[in-house]
Amino acid sequence: MAGKTEKQEEPQMMEVSKGTGMLMTVVFSVLAVIFIFPIVLVFMNSFKSKLYISDRPFALPDSETFAGLGNYVDGVAKTGLLKAAGYSIFITVFSVALIVLFTAMTAWWLTRVKSRISTILYYIFVFAMIVPFQMVMFTLSKVTDTLNLGNPVGIIFVYIGFGAGLSVFMFAGFVKAIPVSLEEAAMIDGCTPIQTFFRIVLPVLKPTAITVAILNAMWIWNDYLLPLLVLGSDYQTIPIAVQYLRGGYGSVDMGAMMGMLVLAILPIIIFYLGCQKYIIKGVAAGAVKG
Amino acid sequence: MQKAYKKYFWIFVLPTLIAFTLFFIIPFVLGIGLSFCKFTTVTNAVWVGTDNYVKAFSNADFLNALWFTVKFTVVSVISINVISFIFAYGLTRGIKGTNLFRTTFFMPNLIGGIVLGYIWQLMINGVLAGFGVTITTDAKYGFWGLVILMNWQLIGYMMIIYIAGIQNIPTELAEAAKIDGATKMQALFKVTIPMVMSSITICLFLTLTNSFKLFDQNLALTAGAPSRKTSMLALDIYTTFYNRNGWEGVGQAKAVIFFVIVGILALTQLYLTRNREVEN
Repeated sequence: MAGKTEKQEEPQMMEVSKGTGMLMTVVFSVLAVIFIFPIVLVFMNSFKSKLYISDRPFALPDSETFAGLGNYVDGVAKTGLLKAAGYSIFITVFSVALIVLFTAMTAWWLTRVKSRISTILYYIFVFAMIVPFQMVMFTLSKVTDTLNLGNPVGIIFVYIGFGAGLSVFMFAGFVKAIPVSLEEAAMIDGCTPIQTFFRIVLPVLKPTAITVAILNAMWIWNDYLLPLLVLGSDYQTIPIAVQYLRGGYGSVDMGAMMGMLVLAILPIIIFYLGCQKYIIKGVAAGAVKG
Repeated sequence: MQKAYKKYFWIFVLPTLIAFTLFFIIPFVLGIGLSFCKFTTVTNAVWVGTDNYVKAFSNADFLNALWFTVKFTVVSVISINVISFIFAYGLTRGIKGTNLFRTTFFMPNLIGGIVLGYIWQLMINGVLAGFGVTITTDAKYGFWGLVILMNWQLIGYMMIIYIAGIQNIPTELAEAAKIDGATKMQALFKVTIPMVMSSITICLFLTLTNSFKLFDQNLALTAGAPSRKTSMLALDIYTTFYNRNGWEGVGQAKAVIFFVIVGILALTQLYLTRNREVEN
């Protein structure tokens, strides 16, 4: 299955004539501009003073409305965005790394050891994928309160538990496709199961690991409700900091909001443009196995 | 080999299983139990039977949210899948700029729901300002705002999945259809669409569950305004839990109902479309 996504760069099977091709390029160019427009609009408004944003968002900043970097300074001071970015990075990196490691191990064991327990466990993991977060949000936050896990380290374990379903499912789908003979040879050469897993299985699982990492990173980085309930107001991640700007009764400082939106989007876009090949491949591969 | 692996359960499975038990299984089982209780914390729960469910089903906000969510899901699932399939079809014809277009269309999917909500609040309020209204003036603005936002976010994601599906169709099939004199439309409906049925299954599943469970975007874009008319189920459950004292049990009952609906929808859809997949 891994080979299928490699085909992407090949010439397409049904090419269109030159004229149609040109026309399609023009149409898609217009669509692409429409797709980018909302982001450009936020960027433009982030340089306007807050009084001029809600009324005339489509007007370019001029000498009267230009606010320089004022909105950014304001927003960062109000939300503590730099601190929030620190928490977001810390939580995402460690959660994703541990999810990938632990669930790969679990999926491998569950697939290789055929017993009633492994089958039941596998289906419970699969079942967890369709349970909406609201179903467990209250009781989950009580569990984390009781265990004193309402901090950036504790929440990592919560993510391992809550993210296990999808990740185990995806790894298991891939492990089934690995021939057992590789592992048997390793065992005959005297490898323990732990050595077999880390030296033989894990390297083969690398493409799936990248997919699992990308999907989990996208989820955890953008997650709002789970960290809000588990961490409380002591540790704000980026989405919580942005939502915090809204304040009570719907009053929003639009200037600071625009600045914070730009700061929240910018790192993602840069990261995406840097490794878009892996991200797009990973997402496509993840779906093929689903 | 199985025997050798078996005793390593505690290294390979136990760490994940402990986290999974603590943060999924226990909260899930407790959640079901609490939906039959009146409580403010887990320790002061008193059994009230199906009382919470009766209250949930006679709660106007909940029924309104359910109807709003159903409408939103139907419109979003159809529009997202049709548009993203057209995009994928167009971007597998080898036209100039294909890679750039794919990159652009996928990008919104990486931005989180809260941020997306505020981006579109600015856009939509900017347009509506010309008519002297805002997105919270009338529920229909919030509805269509959410639909547009959801399309913007998910079209690129589904497009990538459809592209992978279209590229997996063996070239010989398309050529054979051409030789047999099939028109482009016939080739599309008799070859391409049946051959990407497994992509359609996945895309329907993802758009269906994502639309039905939408929370962050809803909270940021309208927060349910005006007067909770644009609250979707997830937001209504949240509001019941945390903004209404004494209604925690009803909130939990609503959450169980929500879970059951999502489960039935997901399984039915998977069953129906899996049956139409072509074995290859």
